[in-house]
Amino acid sequence: MILEFERPIRDLEERIAELHRLAGSSEGLQAEISRLEGALDAAKRRIYSNLSAYERVQVARHPDRPNFRAYRDELSDDFYELSGDRFFGDDPAVRGGFARLKRGGHNVVLLGHDKGGDTKSRVKGNFGMAHPEGYRKVGRLYELAGRFGLPIVVVVDTPGAYAGRTSEERGQAWAISADLMALARTPVPVISVIIGEGGSGGALAMCVADYVGMLENSYLSVIAPEACASIIFRDPGRAAEAAEALKLTARDLKQHGIVDEVLPEPLGGAHKEPNTAIREVGDALDRVISGLSEATPKALIEARHDRYRCIGTHAAGDNV
Amino acid sequence: MDDAGFTKCERCGQPIYEKDLLARFNVCPHCEFHYPLPAPERIRLLTDSGSFKEHDAGMVAGDPLRFDGYGERLARAKEKTGLADAVVSGVGKIGGRPVALAVMDFRFIGGSMGSVVGERVARTIEHAHADGLPLVVVSASGGARMYEGVYSLMQLAKTSVALSRYMDGSLPYVSVLTDPTFGGVTASFATVADVIIAEPGARIGFAGARVIEQTTRERMPEGFQTAEFQRDHGMVDRIVHRLALKGDLERLVRFVA
Repeated sequence: MILEFERPIRDLEERIAELHRLAGSSEGLQAEISRLEGALDAAKRRIYSNLSAYERVQVARHPDRPNFRAYRDELSDDFYELSGDRFFGDDPAVRGGFARLKRGGHNVVLLGHDKGGDTKSRVKGNFGMAHPEGYRKVGRLYELAGRFGLPIVVVVDTPGAYAGRTSEERGQAWAISADLMALARTPVPVISVIIGEGGSGGALAMCVADYVGMLENSYLSVIAPEACASIIFRDPGRAAEAAEALKLTARDLKQHGIVDEVLPEPLGGAHKEPNTAIREVGDALDRVISGLSEATPKALIEARHDRYRCIGTHAAGDNV
Repeated sequence: MDDAGFTKCERCGQPIYEKDLLARFNVCPHCEFHYPLPAPERIRLLTDSGSFKEHDAGMVAGDPLRFDGYGERLARAKEKTGLADAVVSGVGKIGGRPVALAVMDFRFIGGSMGSVVGERVARTIEHAHADGLPLVVVSASGGARMYEGVYSLMQLAKTSVALSRYMDGSLPYVSVLTDPTFGGVTASFATVADVIIAEPGARIGFAGARVIEQTTRERMPEGFQTAEFQRDHGMVDRIVHRLALKGDLERLVRFVA
Protein backbone atom coordinates (compact mmCIF):
# COMPACT_ATOMS: atom_id res chain seq x y z
CA MET A 1 0.00 0.00 0.00
CA ILE A 2 1.32 3.45 -0.98
CA LEU A 3 0.29 6.45 1.11
CA GLU A 4 -0.44 9.68 -0.71
CA PHE A 5 2.67 11.49 0.50
CA GLU A 6 4.84 8.54 -0.50
CA ARG A 7 4.00 8.96 -4.21
CA PRO A 8 6.99 11.16 -5.17
CA ILE A 9 9.23 8.53 -3.60
CA ARG A 10 7.52 5.69 -5.38
CA ASP A 11 7.77 7.57 -8.69
CA LEU A 12 11.51 8.06 -8.27
CA GLU A 13 11.97 4.44 -7.28
CA GLU A 14 10.11 3.31 -10.38
CA ARG A 15 12.18 5.56 -12.63
CA ILE A 16 15.40 4.22 -11.14
CA ALA A 17 14.23 0.65 -11.61
CA GLU A 18 13.28 1.45 -15.21
CA LEU A 19 16.71 2.92 -15.93
CA HIS A 20 18.40 -0.12 -14.41
CA ARG A 21 16.37 -2.28 -16.73
CA LEU A 22 17.23 -0.16 -19.79
CA ALA A 23 20.89 0.10 -18.90
CA GLY A 24 21.33 -3.64 -18.52
CA SER A 25 25.02 -4.31 -18.08
CA SER A 26 26.12 -1.13 -19.87
CA GLU A 27 27.26 1.83 -17.81
CA GLY A 28 25.87 4.55 -20.09
CA LEU A 29 22.99 5.50 -17.80
CA GLN A 30 24.94 5.28 -14.57
CA ALA A 31 25.27 9.04 -14.16
CA GLU A 32 21.54 9.53 -14.50
CA ILE A 33 20.84 6.68 -12.10
CA SER A 34 23.18 8.17 -9.51
CA ARG A 35 21.52 11.55 -9.90
CA LEU A 36 18.08 10.04 -9.36
CA GLU A 37 19.29 8.04 -6.39
CA GLY A 38 20.55 11.22 -4.84
CA ALA A 39 17.18 12.82 -5.49
CA LEU A 40 15.42 9.83 -3.99
CA ASP A 41 17.45 10.01 -0.82
CA ALA A 42 16.79 13.75 -0.52
CA ALA A 43 13.07 13.25 -1.18
CA LYS A 44 12.86 10.58 1.52
CA ARG A 45 14.57 12.78 4.07
CA ARG A 46 12.47 15.80 3.17
CA ILE A 47 9.16 13.95 3.17
CA TYR A 48 9.64 11.62 6.11
CA SER A 49 11.15 14.15 8.45
CA ASN A 50 8.32 16.61 7.86
CA LEU A 51 5.30 14.36 8.19
CA SER A 52 2.19 16.09 9.46
CA ALA A 53 0.35 14.65 12.44
CA TYR A 54 -2.28 13.07 10.20
CA GLU A 55 0.34 11.57 7.90
CA ARG A 56 1.92 9.95 10.94
CA VAL A 57 -1.48 8.55 11.91
CA GLN A 58 -1.60 6.97 8.46
CA VAL A 59 1.88 5.50 8.90
CA ALA A 60 0.77 4.20 12.32
CA ARG A 61 -2.15 2.44 10.62
CA HIS A 62 -0.15 1.08 7.70
CA PRO A 63 -1.14 -2.57 7.07
CA ASP A 64 2.49 -3.57 6.56
CA ARG A 65 3.62 -1.97 9.80
CA PRO A 66 5.09 -4.60 12.13
CA ASN A 67 2.51 -5.48 14.76
CA PHE A 68 2.33 -7.50 17.97
CA ARG A 69 3.10 -10.77 16.16
CA ALA A 70 6.36 -9.50 14.75
CA TYR A 71 7.49 -8.11 18.10
CA ARG A 72 6.52 -11.31 19.89
CA ASP A 73 8.35 -13.49 17.40
CA GLU A 74 11.45 -11.32 17.13
CA LEU A 75 11.86 -10.26 20.74
CA SER A 76 11.10 -13.46 22.63
CA ASP A 77 12.58 -16.90 22.27
CA ASP A 78 9.85 -18.52 24.32
CA PHE A 79 6.30 -17.24 24.33
CA TYR A 80 3.96 -19.29 26.50
CA GLU A 81 0.53 -18.01 25.51
CA LEU A 82 -2.34 -17.91 27.98
CA SER A 83 -5.94 -17.59 26.90
CA GLY A 84 -9.34 -16.64 28.16
CA ASP A 85 -10.98 -14.46 30.76
CA ARG A 86 -12.43 -17.43 32.72
CA PHE A 87 -15.92 -15.96 32.39
CA PHE A 88 -16.95 -15.67 28.78
CA GLY A 89 -14.34 -16.53 26.21
CA ASP A 90 -10.99 -15.83 24.63
CA ASP A 91 -10.59 -12.62 22.68
CA PRO A 92 -7.97 -12.89 19.92
CA ALA A 93 -7.83 -9.07 19.65
CA VAL A 94 -5.43 -9.11 22.59
CA ARG A 95 -2.89 -11.76 23.36
CA GLY A 96 -0.57 -12.41 26.20
CA GLY A 97 1.46 -14.91 28.13
CA PHE A 98 4.78 -15.59 29.76
CA ALA A 99 7.72 -14.67 27.59
CA ARG A 100 11.48 -14.76 27.78
CA LEU A 101 13.01 -11.80 26.01
CA LYS A 102 16.07 -12.58 23.89
CA ARG A 103 17.68 -9.29 24.77
CA GLY A 104 18.72 -9.56 28.43
CA GLY A 105 16.96 -12.91 28.98
CA HIS A 106 14.21 -11.31 31.07
CA ASN A 107 11.18 -13.37 32.01
CA VAL A 108 8.09 -11.18 31.65
CA VAL A 109 4.37 -11.22 31.03
CA LEU A 110 4.07 -10.01 27.45
CA LEU A 111 0.79 -8.56 26.23
CA GLY A 112 -0.39 -6.79 23.15
CA HIS A 113 -3.23 -5.92 20.85
CA ASP A 114 -3.11 -8.32 17.91
CA LYS A 115 -4.01 -6.75 14.58
CA GLY A 116 -3.33 -10.04 12.81
CA GLY A 117 -1.10 -11.09 9.94
CA ASP A 118 -3.42 -11.66 6.99
CA THR A 119 -7.01 -10.79 6.13
CA LYS A 120 -8.39 -13.77 7.98
CA SER A 121 -6.51 -13.16 11.21
CA ARG A 122 -7.15 -9.43 11.00
CA VAL A 123 -10.88 -10.07 10.91
CA LYS A 124 -10.62 -12.71 13.64
CA GLY A 125 -8.73 -10.26 15.85
CA ASN A 126 -11.28 -7.55 15.04
CA PHE A 127 -8.41 -5.32 13.83
CA GLY A 128 -7.05 -5.07 17.36
CA MET A 129 -10.29 -3.76 18.86
CA ALA A 130 -10.83 -5.85 21.95
CA HIS A 131 -14.09 -6.85 23.62
CA PRO A 132 -14.57 -6.86 27.40
CA GLU A 133 -13.42 -10.48 27.59
CA GLY A 134 -10.15 -9.29 26.05
CA TYR A 135 -9.66 -6.63 28.69
CA ARG A 136 -10.59 -9.17 31.38
CA LYS A 137 -7.99 -11.58 30.03
CA VAL A 138 -5.50 -8.73 30.21
CA GLY A 139 -6.55 -8.06 33.80
CA ARG A 140 -6.04 -11.73 34.62
CA LEU A 141 -2.52 -11.58 33.24
CA TYR A 142 -1.76 -8.40 35.20
CA GLU A 143 -2.77 -10.35 38.27
CA LEU A 144 -0.54 -13.30 37.38
CA ALA A 145 2.42 -11.01 36.74
CA GLY A 146 1.94 -9.46 40.17
CA ARG A 147 1.73 -12.84 41.88
CA PHE A 148 4.88 -14.15 40.23
CA GLY A 149 6.86 -10.93 40.33
CA LEU A 150 7.25 -10.70 36.56
CA PRO A 151 7.47 -7.34 34.80
CA ILE A 152 4.49 -6.51 32.58
CA VAL A 153 5.53 -5.63 29.03
CA VAL A 154 2.82 -4.31 26.74
CA VAL A 155 2.88 -3.65 23.03
CA VAL A 156 0.05 -1.18 22.39
CA ASP A 157 -1.56 -1.05 18.95
CA THR A 158 -5.30 -0.51 18.78
CA PRO A 159 -7.70 1.86 17.05
CA GLY A 160 -9.68 1.67 20.28
CA ALA A 161 -11.75 -0.67 22.40
CA TYR A 162 -14.52 -2.22 20.31
CA ALA A 163 -17.74 -0.20 20.34
CA GLY A 164 -20.64 -2.47 19.44
CA ARG A 165 -23.73 -4.16 20.81
CA THR A 166 -21.90 -7.21 22.16
CA SER A 167 -19.16 -5.24 23.88
CA GLU A 168 -21.75 -3.01 25.56
CA GLU A 169 -23.77 -6.03 26.71
CA ARG A 170 -20.72 -7.42 28.43
CA GLY A 171 -19.61 -4.20 30.11
CA GLN A 172 -16.82 -2.70 28.02
CA ALA A 173 -16.46 0.31 30.32
CA TRP A 174 -16.38 -1.93 33.42
CA ALA A 175 -13.65 -4.12 31.90
CA ILE A 176 -11.46 -1.13 31.04
CA SER A 177 -11.87 0.61 34.38
CA ALA A 178 -10.92 -2.61 36.17
CA ASP A 179 -7.70 -2.80 34.15
CA LEU A 180 -6.84 0.80 35.02
CA MET A 181 -7.26 -0.02 38.70
CA ALA A 182 -5.20 -3.19 38.31
CA LEU A 183 -2.34 -1.23 36.72
CA ALA A 184 -2.51 1.38 39.46
CA ARG A 185 -2.01 -1.37 42.04
CA THR A 186 0.31 -3.90 40.46
CA PRO A 187 3.53 -4.40 42.46
CA VAL A 188 5.65 -5.20 39.38
CA PRO A 189 7.17 -2.88 36.74
CA VAL A 190 4.81 -1.96 33.91
CA ILE A 191 6.49 -1.12 30.63
CA SER A 192 4.42 -0.10 27.64
CA VAL A 193 5.48 0.73 24.13
CA ILE A 194 3.02 2.21 21.68
CA ILE A 195 4.06 0.72 18.35
CA GLY A 196 1.22 1.98 16.15
CA GLU A 197 -2.20 3.14 17.21
CA GLY A 198 -2.95 4.28 20.73
CA GLY A 199 -6.72 4.62 20.54
CA SER A 200 -8.16 6.12 23.71
CA GLY A 201 -9.40 4.02 26.65
CA GLY A 202 -8.68 0.79 24.82
CA ALA A 203 -5.02 1.78 24.69
CA LEU A 204 -4.88 3.38 28.13
CA ALA A 205 -6.06 0.12 29.75
CA MET A 206 -2.65 -1.17 28.66
CA CYS A 207 -0.38 1.80 29.19
CA VAL A 208 -0.77 3.21 32.68
CA ALA A 209 2.87 2.34 33.14
CA ASP A 210 6.20 3.09 34.76
CA TYR A 211 7.67 3.65 31.32
CA VAL A 212 5.79 4.58 28.18
CA GLY A 213 7.77 4.60 24.96
CA MET A 214 6.36 5.56 21.59
CA LEU A 215 7.68 4.74 18.19
CA GLU A 216 8.22 7.93 16.24
CA ASN A 217 5.20 7.45 13.98
CA SER A 218 2.79 6.04 16.51
CA TYR A 219 0.04 8.09 18.08
CA LEU A 220 -1.93 8.25 21.32
CA SER A 221 -5.23 10.09 21.37
CA VAL A 222 -8.41 10.49 23.35
CA ILE A 223 -10.36 10.14 20.09
CA ALA A 224 -9.68 9.24 16.46
CA PRO A 225 -8.98 12.41 14.46
CA GLU A 226 -11.82 11.58 12.05
CA ALA A 227 -14.33 11.31 14.89
CA CYS A 228 -12.98 14.47 16.53
CA ALA A 229 -13.40 16.37 13.25
CA SER A 230 -17.00 15.14 12.91
CA ILE A 231 -17.89 16.17 16.42
CA ILE A 232 -15.99 19.40 16.94
CA PHE A 233 -15.70 20.73 13.38
CA ARG A 234 -18.85 18.94 12.19
CA ASP A 235 -16.85 17.82 9.17
CA PRO A 236 -15.04 14.45 9.02
CA GLY A 237 -13.03 15.84 6.10
CA ARG A 238 -11.09 18.03 8.53
CA ALA A 239 -9.37 15.05 10.17
CA ALA A 240 -5.90 16.38 9.35
CA GLU A 241 -6.68 19.57 11.22
CA ALA A 242 -8.07 17.61 14.16
CA ALA A 243 -4.97 15.40 14.26
CA GLU A 244 -2.83 18.52 14.47
CA ALA A 245 -4.98 20.06 17.22
CA LEU A 246 -5.09 16.90 19.34
CA LYS A 247 -1.29 16.85 19.72
CA LEU A 248 -1.30 13.10 19.37
CA THR A 249 2.17 12.43 17.93
CA ALA A 250 5.01 10.86 19.87
CA ARG A 251 7.01 14.06 19.74
CA ASP A 252 4.10 16.20 20.99
CA LEU A 253 3.36 13.81 23.83
CA LYS A 254 6.99 13.74 24.88
CA GLN A 255 7.00 17.53 24.89
CA HIS A 256 3.90 17.54 27.08
CA GLY A 257 5.55 15.10 29.47
CA ILE A 258 2.96 12.38 28.91
CA VAL A 259 5.38 9.77 27.57
CA ASP A 260 8.98 9.03 28.46
CA GLU A 261 10.71 8.47 25.18
CA VAL A 262 10.32 8.68 21.42
CA LEU A 263 11.87 5.64 19.76
CA PRO A 264 13.23 6.42 16.30
CA GLU A 265 11.98 4.56 13.26
CA PRO A 266 13.88 3.81 10.07
CA LEU A 267 13.47 6.42 7.36
CA GLY A 268 10.00 6.09 5.88
CA GLY A 269 8.53 4.29 8.86
CA ALA A 270 8.73 0.94 10.62
CA HIS A 271 7.15 -0.88 7.67
CA LYS A 272 10.17 -0.07 5.48
CA GLU A 273 12.59 -1.94 7.76
CA PRO A 274 10.59 -3.82 10.38
CA ASN A 275 13.58 -5.41 12.06
CA THR A 276 15.27 -2.07 12.67
CA ALA A 277 12.17 -0.76 14.47
CA ILE A 278 11.71 -3.98 16.42
CA ARG A 279 15.35 -3.96 17.50
CA GLU A 280 14.96 -0.37 18.72
CA VAL A 281 12.01 -1.46 20.88
CA GLY A 282 13.86 -4.54 22.10
CA ASP A 283 16.84 -2.45 23.19
CA ALA A 284 14.58 -0.02 25.04
CA LEU A 285 12.78 -2.88 26.81
CA ASP A 286 16.04 -4.44 27.97
CA ARG A 287 17.33 -1.11 29.23
CA VAL A 288 14.10 -0.20 31.05
CA ILE A 289 13.50 -3.64 32.58
CA SER A 290 17.07 -3.70 33.87
CA GLY A 291 16.68 -0.17 35.21
CA LEU A 292 13.54 -1.06 37.15
CA SER A 293 14.72 -4.44 38.42
CA GLU A 294 15.82 -3.10 41.80
CA ALA A 295 12.72 -1.03 42.49
CA THR A 296 10.59 -2.26 45.38
CA PRO A 297 6.87 -2.90 44.87
CA LYS A 298 6.06 0.02 47.17
CA ALA A 299 8.33 2.41 45.27
CA LEU A 300 6.90 1.30 41.93
CA ILE A 301 3.30 1.79 42.99
CA GLU A 302 4.06 5.16 44.56
CA ALA A 303 5.97 6.45 41.57
CA ARG A 304 3.22 5.31 39.21
CA HIS A 305 0.64 7.00 41.41
CA ASP A 306 2.56 10.26 41.50
CA ARG A 307 3.21 10.23 37.78
CA TYR A 308 -0.47 10.02 36.82
CA ARG A 309 -1.82 11.97 39.76
CA CYS A 310 -0.26 15.20 38.56
CA ILE A 311 -1.21 15.19 34.86
CA GLY A 312 -3.57 18.02 34.01
CA THR A 313 -3.81 21.77 33.69
CA HIS A 314 -6.08 23.76 35.93
CA ALA A 315 -5.93 27.01 37.82
CA ALA A 316 -7.16 28.56 41.05
CA GLY A 317 -9.63 26.94 43.44
CA ASP A 318 -9.86 27.91 47.08
CA ASN A 319 -7.36 25.42 48.45
CA VAL A 320 -5.20 24.59 45.49
CA MET B 1 -38.91 24.11 28.25
CA ASP B 2 -40.09 27.70 27.99
CA ASP B 3 -40.34 30.43 30.58
CA ALA B 4 -44.14 30.60 30.78
CA GLY B 5 -44.07 28.51 33.94
CA PHE B 6 -45.59 25.68 31.97
CA THR B 7 -43.88 22.99 30.00
CA LYS B 8 -44.69 19.76 28.24
CA CYS B 9 -43.01 16.50 29.18
CA GLU B 10 -40.77 15.40 26.34
CA ARG B 11 -41.51 11.80 27.24
CA CYS B 12 -45.24 11.56 27.98
CA GLY B 13 -46.44 14.80 26.42
CA GLN B 14 -48.40 15.81 29.53
CA PRO B 15 -48.31 19.45 30.59
CA ILE B 16 -46.25 20.14 33.73
CA TYR B 17 -46.03 23.23 35.91
CA GLU B 18 -42.38 24.11 36.05
CA LYS B 19 -42.54 24.66 39.77
CA ASP B 20 -43.86 21.12 40.15
CA LEU B 21 -40.94 19.87 38.09
CA LEU B 22 -38.53 21.88 40.22
CA ALA B 23 -40.10 20.63 43.44
CA ARG B 24 -39.67 17.08 42.16
CA PHE B 25 -36.03 17.66 41.16
CA ASN B 26 -36.78 17.40 37.43
CA VAL B 27 -38.80 14.20 37.59
CA CYS B 28 -42.04 14.32 35.57
CA PRO B 29 -45.04 14.08 37.94
CA HIS B 30 -46.99 12.11 35.34
CA CYS B 31 -44.60 9.54 33.87
CA GLU B 32 -41.69 9.76 36.38
CA PHE B 33 -39.22 10.47 33.57
CA HIS B 34 -35.93 11.67 35.07
CA TYR B 35 -34.59 14.79 33.35
CA PRO B 36 -30.95 15.78 33.87
CA LEU B 37 -30.44 17.59 37.16
CA PRO B 38 -28.01 20.49 37.65
CA ALA B 39 -25.27 19.70 40.17
CA PRO B 40 -26.36 22.32 42.75
CA GLU B 41 -29.88 20.86 42.72
CA ARG B 42 -28.50 17.36 43.11
CA ILE B 43 -26.51 18.49 46.12
CA ARG B 44 -29.64 20.09 47.60
CA LEU B 45 -31.47 16.79 46.99
CA LEU B 46 -28.85 14.58 48.62
CA THR B 47 -27.33 16.51 51.50
CA ASP B 48 -28.83 17.55 54.81
CA SER B 49 -29.98 21.13 54.59
CA GLY B 50 -27.13 23.63 54.93
CA SER B 51 -24.50 20.95 55.48
CA PHE B 52 -22.67 21.09 52.14
CA LYS B 53 -19.34 22.83 52.02
CA GLU B 54 -17.80 23.15 48.57
CA HIS B 55 -14.10 22.45 48.06
CA ASP B 56 -11.92 23.76 45.23
CA ALA B 57 -14.68 26.09 44.08
CA GLY B 58 -13.62 28.17 41.15
CA MET B 59 -10.99 25.77 39.88
CA VAL B 60 -10.96 26.43 36.16
CA ALA B 61 -9.64 24.63 33.12
CA GLY B 62 -6.41 25.54 31.37
CA ASP B 63 -6.21 25.15 27.63
CA PRO B 64 -3.14 22.92 27.40
CA LEU B 65 -3.32 22.35 23.66
CA ARG B 66 -4.59 25.86 22.78
CA PHE B 67 -7.39 24.06 21.02
CA ASP B 68 -9.26 26.28 18.61
CA GLY B 69 -12.62 27.32 20.09
CA TYR B 70 -12.10 25.82 23.57
CA GLY B 71 -11.78 29.17 25.32
CA GLU B 72 -15.11 30.40 23.94
CA ARG B 73 -16.76 27.08 24.67
CA LEU B 74 -15.65 27.29 28.30
CA ALA B 75 -16.80 30.89 28.61
CA ARG B 76 -20.26 30.05 27.24
CA ALA B 77 -20.60 27.04 29.54
CA LYS B 78 -19.64 29.09 32.59
CA GLU B 79 -22.15 31.77 31.69
CA LYS B 80 -24.93 29.27 31.01
CA THR B 81 -24.46 27.22 34.18
CA GLY B 82 -22.84 29.57 36.66
CA LEU B 83 -20.38 26.76 37.34
CA ALA B 84 -16.61 26.77 36.99
CA ASP B 85 -16.53 23.38 35.25
CA ALA B 86 -18.55 20.16 34.90
CA VAL B 87 -18.29 19.06 38.52
CA VAL B 88 -19.14 20.42 41.97
CA SER B 89 -17.39 18.75 44.89
CA GLY B 90 -17.05 19.05 48.61
CA VAL B 91 -18.29 17.54 51.86
CA GLY B 92 -21.90 17.33 53.00
CA LYS B 93 -23.95 15.33 55.44
CA ILE B 94 -26.25 12.54 54.36
CA GLY B 95 -28.52 11.55 57.24
CA GLY B 96 -26.13 13.23 59.66
CA ARG B 97 -23.08 11.36 58.34
CA PRO B 98 -20.40 13.49 56.63
CA VAL B 99 -19.69 12.23 53.12
CA ALA B 100 -17.21 13.35 50.45
CA LEU B 101 -19.29 14.15 47.41
CA ALA B 102 -18.59 14.97 43.76
CA VAL B 103 -21.48 15.71 41.43
CA MET B 104 -21.16 16.14 37.68
CA ASP B 105 -23.26 18.53 35.63
CA PHE B 106 -24.19 17.55 32.09
CA ARG B 107 -25.00 21.14 31.11
CA PHE B 108 -21.31 22.07 31.23
CA ILE B 109 -19.91 20.94 27.83
CA GLY B 110 -21.85 17.70 28.06
CA GLY B 111 -20.42 16.88 31.47
CA SER B 112 -17.15 16.14 29.73
CA MET B 113 -14.12 15.20 31.82
CA GLY B 114 -11.07 17.38 31.38
CA SER B 115 -8.35 18.29 33.86
CA VAL B 116 -10.70 20.04 36.29
CA VAL B 117 -13.18 17.17 36.56
CA GLY B 118 -10.28 14.73 36.96
CA GLU B 119 -8.58 16.90 39.56
CA ARG B 120 -11.66 17.65 41.63
CA VAL B 121 -12.78 14.03 41.60
CA ALA B 122 -9.26 12.96 42.61
CA ARG B 123 -9.18 15.54 45.44
CA THR B 124 -12.60 14.42 46.64
CA ILE B 125 -11.30 10.85 46.79
CA GLU B 126 -8.20 11.97 48.67
CA HIS B 127 -10.22 14.08 51.06
CA ALA B 128 -12.46 11.09 51.80
CA HIS B 129 -9.34 8.98 52.36
CA ALA B 130 -7.65 11.50 54.65
CA ASP B 131 -10.74 12.21 56.74
CA GLY B 132 -12.15 8.70 56.76
CA LEU B 133 -15.35 9.57 54.92
CA PRO B 134 -17.56 7.54 52.63
CA LEU B 135 -17.25 8.65 49.02
CA VAL B 136 -20.20 9.35 46.73
CA VAL B 137 -19.74 10.38 43.10
CA VAL B 138 -22.75 11.25 40.95
CA SER B 139 -21.90 11.05 37.25
CA ALA B 140 -23.47 12.64 34.18
CA SER B 141 -21.09 12.80 31.27
CA GLY B 142 -20.71 12.36 27.54
CA GLY B 143 -17.12 11.23 28.12
CA ALA B 144 -13.67 12.75 27.92
CA ARG B 145 -13.28 16.39 26.91
CA MET B 146 -11.79 16.31 23.41
CA TYR B 147 -10.57 19.90 23.63
CA GLU B 148 -7.96 18.79 26.15
CA GLY B 149 -6.79 15.89 23.98
CA VAL B 150 -4.57 13.41 25.76
CA TYR B 151 -4.82 15.42 29.00
CA SER B 152 -8.47 14.42 29.21
CA LEU B 153 -7.56 10.78 28.51
CA MET B 154 -5.05 10.92 31.34
CA GLN B 155 -7.77 11.92 33.80
CA LEU B 156 -8.94 8.29 33.60
CA ALA B 157 -5.53 7.28 34.89
CA LYS B 158 -5.43 10.07 37.47
CA THR B 159 -8.76 9.18 39.06
CA SER B 160 -7.85 5.49 38.98
CA VAL B 161 -4.57 5.92 40.85
CA ALA B 162 -6.33 8.09 43.43
CA LEU B 163 -9.14 5.55 43.84
CA SER B 164 -6.74 2.63 44.15
CA ARG B 165 -5.46 4.10 47.43
CA TYR B 166 -8.89 4.89 48.83
CA MET B 167 -10.24 1.48 47.91
CA ASP B 168 -7.41 -0.33 49.68
CA GLY B 169 -9.08 0.95 52.84
CA SER B 170 -12.42 -0.15 54.24
CA LEU B 171 -14.56 2.87 53.47
CA PRO B 172 -17.30 2.60 50.88
CA TYR B 173 -17.28 4.17 47.45
CA VAL B 174 -20.74 4.62 45.96
CA SER B 175 -21.17 5.58 42.32
CA VAL B 176 -24.49 7.02 41.15
CA LEU B 177 -25.00 6.90 37.39
CA THR B 178 -27.44 9.37 35.89
CA ASP B 179 -28.58 10.14 32.37
CA PRO B 180 -26.32 10.08 30.41
CA THR B 181 -23.02 8.56 31.57
CA PHE B 182 -20.59 7.41 28.87
CA GLY B 183 -17.03 7.19 27.64
CA GLY B 184 -14.10 8.13 29.81
CA VAL B 185 -16.19 8.50 32.95
CA THR B 186 -17.72 5.01 32.71
CA ALA B 187 -14.34 3.64 31.63
CA SER B 188 -12.77 4.89 34.86
CA PHE B 189 -14.05 5.96 38.27
CA ALA B 190 -17.80 5.57 37.68
CA THR B 191 -17.77 1.78 37.27
CA VAL B 192 -15.25 0.57 39.86
CA ALA B 193 -17.33 1.48 42.90
CA ASP B 194 -18.27 -0.89 45.73
CA VAL B 195 -21.91 -0.14 45.02
CA ILE B 196 -23.26 1.21 41.74
CA ILE B 197 -26.68 2.84 41.76
CA ALA B 198 -28.42 4.12 38.63
CA GLU B 199 -31.42 6.30 38.07
CA PRO B 200 -34.39 4.78 36.20
CA GLY B 201 -34.05 4.99 32.45
CA ALA B 202 -30.59 6.58 32.55
CA ARG B 203 -28.50 5.80 29.48
CA ILE B 204 -25.17 4.30 30.54
CA GLY B 205 -22.42 2.78 28.46
CA PHE B 206 -19.01 3.01 26.87
CA ALA B 207 -19.91 4.25 23.37
CA GLY B 208 -23.22 5.91 22.59
CA ALA B 209 -25.93 3.99 20.70
CA ARG B 210 -25.89 6.45 17.81
CA VAL B 211 -22.15 6.03 17.23
CA ILE B 212 -22.51 2.25 17.42
CA GLU B 213 -25.37 2.23 14.94
CA GLN B 214 -23.40 4.40 12.53
CA THR B 215 -20.24 2.31 12.65
CA THR B 216 -21.75 -1.18 12.82
CA ARG B 217 -24.89 -0.50 10.76
CA GLU B 218 -26.80 -2.57 13.27
CA ARG B 219 -30.00 -1.36 14.95
CA MET B 220 -29.70 -1.44 18.73
CA PRO B 221 -32.48 -3.24 20.58
CA GLU B 222 -35.20 -1.46 22.56
CA GLY B 223 -33.93 -0.38 25.96
CA PHE B 224 -30.27 -0.76 24.96
CA GLN B 225 -27.88 0.81 27.51
CA THR B 226 -30.61 1.88 29.91
CA ALA B 227 -30.03 1.56 33.63
CA GLU B 228 -32.35 -1.44 33.58
CA PHE B 229 -30.34 -3.05 30.75
CA GLN B 230 -27.14 -2.54 32.73
CA ARG B 231 -28.69 -4.02 35.87
CA ASP B 232 -29.94 -7.02 33.94
CA HIS B 233 -26.47 -7.53 32.48
CA GLY B 234 -24.95 -7.51 35.95
CA MET B 235 -23.28 -4.10 35.73
CA VAL B 236 -25.37 -2.06 38.18
CA ASP B 237 -26.51 -2.99 41.70
CA ARG B 238 -29.71 -1.02 42.10
CA ILE B 239 -32.04 1.28 40.28
CA VAL B 240 -33.29 4.00 42.57
CA HIS B 241 -35.87 6.69 41.90
CA ARG B 242 -34.36 10.15 42.28
CA LEU B 243 -36.72 11.16 45.04
CA ALA B 244 -35.76 8.03 47.01
CA LEU B 245 -32.02 8.40 46.46
CA LYS B 246 -31.13 10.26 49.65
CA GLY B 247 -32.93 7.70 51.80
CA ASP B 248 -31.31 4.88 49.87
CA LEU B 249 -27.83 6.29 50.45
CA GLU B 250 -28.58 6.79 54.15
CA ARG B 251 -29.52 3.11 54.45
CA LEU B 252 -26.42 2.00 52.57
CA VAL B 253 -24.08 4.15 54.63
CA ARG B 254 -25.52 2.68 57.84
CA PHE B 255 -24.34 -0.75 56.70
CA VAL B 256 -20.88 0.05 55.48
CA ALA B 257 -19.55 3.20 57.09
